Amino acid sequence: MLSIKNLHASVEDKEILKGINLEIKAGEVHAIMGPNGAGKSTLSSIIAGNENYEVSEGEILLEGEDISELAPEERAHKGVFLSFQYPVEIPGVSVTNFIKTAINEKRKANGQEEMPANEMLKLIREKSELLEMDRKFLSRSLNEGFSGGEKKRNEIFQMAMLEPKIAILDETDSGLDIDALRIVANGVNKLKNENNAVLVITHYQRLLDYIIPDFVHVLMDGKIVKSGGKELAYELEEKGYDWIKSELN
Amino acid sequence: MAKYTEDDLKVELENKEYEYGFYTELDSETFPIGLNEDIVRAISKKKEEPQWMTDWRIEAFRAWQEMIEPEWANVHYDKPDFQAISYYSAPKKADPNKTLDDVDPDLLEMYKKLGISIDEQKKLNNVAMDIVVDSVSVATTFKKTLAEKGIIFMSISEAIREYPELVQKYLGTVVPQRDNFYAALNSAVFSDGSFCYIPKGVRCPMELSTYFRINQAGTGQFERTLLIADEGSYVSYLEGCTAPSRDENQLHAAVVELIALDDAEIKYSTVQNWYPGNKEGKGGVFNFVTKRGICEKNAKISWTQVETGSAVTWKYPSVVLKGDNSIGEFYSIAVTNNFQQADTGTKMVHLGKNTKSTIISKGISAGKSQNSYRGLVRISANADNARNFSQCDSLLMGNNCGAHTFPYIESKNSSAKIEHEATTSKIGEDQVFYCNQRGIPTEKAIALIVNGFSKEVLNKLPMEFAVEAQKLLEISLEGSVG
Repeated sequence: MLSIKNLHASVEDKEILKGINLEIKAGEVHAIMGPNGAGKSTLSSIIAGNENYEVSEGEILLEGEDISELAPEERAHKGVFLSFQYPVEIPGVSVTNFIKTAINEKRKANGQEEMPANEMLKLIREKSELLEMDRKFLSRSLNEGFSGGEKKRNEIFQMAMLEPKIAILDETDSGLDIDALRIVANGVNKLKNENNAVLVITHYQRLLDYIIPDFVHVLMDGKIVKSGGKELAYELEEKGYDWIKSELN
Repeated sequence: MAKYTEDDLKVELENKEYEYGFYTELDSETFPIGLNEDIVRAISKKKEEPQWMTDWRIEAFRAWQEMIEPEWANVHYDKPDFQAISYYSAPKKADPNKTLDDVDPDLLEMYKKLGISIDEQKKLNNVAMDIVVDSVSVATTFKKTLAEKGIIFMSISEAIREYPELVQKYLGTVVPQRDNFYAALNSAVFSDGSFCYIPKGVRCPMELSTYFRINQAGTGQFERTLLIADEGSYVSYLEGCTAPSRDENQLHAAVVELIALDDAEIKYSTVQNWYPGNKEGKGGVFNFVTKRGICEKNAKISWTQVETGSAVTWKYPSVVLKGDNSIGEFYSIAVTNNFQQADTGTKMVHLGKNTKSTIISKGISAGKSQNSYRGLVRISANADNARNFSQCDSLLMGNNCGAHTFPYIESKNSSAKIEHEATTSKIGEDQVFYCNQRGIPTEKAIALIVNGFSKEVLNKLPMEFAVEAQKLLEISLEGSVG
């Protein structure tokens, strides 16, 4: 589904990613863990196409097609979704209006007609129920005055609406209480199927109790230094990142 | 595929032409340039006006000669040479008495370009329309339907001939001849405009609308609108404006007077899209307009404006809250791009008891433009329990534009409650990226953000025009993020 080959990237001449290799197949859940400043959020931003980062080397392939030169919206149209760590506020634009615009832009890019209003409403109802969202929530301005939990739930709601091929969850657990975490994780698990893939980026193992990864990778200083199964997450939680460091030395 | 950057967008925007910048070849009768008493008399004569009207104009002209052009606004421009302008230009074939079928086909073609099909307007929109091209009113639709309700809606020239007592009673009562420099000029030379009278207790069944167009080069447009809502009546009125693209600056100095008698309500909406000048700041319309309304007891006046055009705007639609319990509202979106300058806002003058006013102003600046809000809230000594709420929000795009807020508050009554809120924000790269990530391209993202920012005001426009205004905002700002 997504394969990243020898990816090097920098911001303001500072190299942050130093040769990342990652292969995610359809139906899989991968987790990337690592200490602060390891380059986790940089990696997710670069996959999504944030132009503040300079990709100096390497490839990002989505279903075999190199997307590393595409604009962020084109990547989105092809099925890349990023659940932001800090979703932005857009005052005066309702959740419904925003997602409607996003869906129709995607359809337009893929040569489809706009989604009929009744179909859109039905879909919104269905997906908002999945995330146990209050109907009133949908007419509020996007992320304006939302609690941390509401913001993340809204991100996953958008993911549910857009049905991406690869969903990157960047620190989705941060700012969530245990109930919100359960709802969000349930949502992700229900959306997961044989034809898509999930990349979870997290500092802690907590979220991985709910979204069980097939593979865990440890990112340190711009490189994946260790990969393993879900048990690697527990080991990390127990021993801390220093354990890896000492093991590497 | 190569990345489409903001720079590309900027280039695209700069090369995007003003959509209404065409000129229509119409056979016109235009006065020689220059202004003196003879010209004023000639305009009056041309219009077959009664003596009192001629005298009124001459009085205004004499006052104007003594006045100086105001310089306090936060705008900079080369002052127009008032002797280099022609003060009267009329499409020759205009004759107010004929039906639409007789209208000059070139003129009809022009309406079509403007997106106004008069027939369609009639049938679908339930909008009665008056169209002023250069100096004269060329078509007033729906007259018959309105007449059945006793509503008078016609060009002001006609009204002066047909309803002189009404015009004489109210003309200049809200904006006196010597109110200000441009109002005095307008009073002397106004050539046409709209007149509207809603009788007691009548709810006007449709939107009334005036469309203004400057067509001829080297002419100024000085229209005058007088709208009287008699006791207990209601009317919603909309005006739209466009002009051809020209290298020279054209002067537009209009006066609008609204009179809301006891228990009456007037909703006045403007979509102003005069030619803003090119990307280097050359050409464009100088829009120096005086708009004011007066509210008697329990009356309400609501101004809504979407200002996207003009090189320089100087405009403060105001309400004098004379009667007890009267209400004044001002909802404004002012967009400036490239080298446009706008100094716009309102005055709410509270004279009566329990009077209320609301001001919502949204300024959007892009390019190298300067956008100022200037507002006055005045509570007089007798205005017990007056209340005002003002909110001024500015949105900046890029690093070369400016947003300014000049709120003035004068209160002489200790029971007054006045609130003022102001915010300034910038469209963030992070907002645009967020939208991009969801599949929304940058241009669309900006339109979305701007519409969200402007929503409170857009919602105040009559339905049919809200969509048009939204489109206009998008066109005015396309590609201006930085």
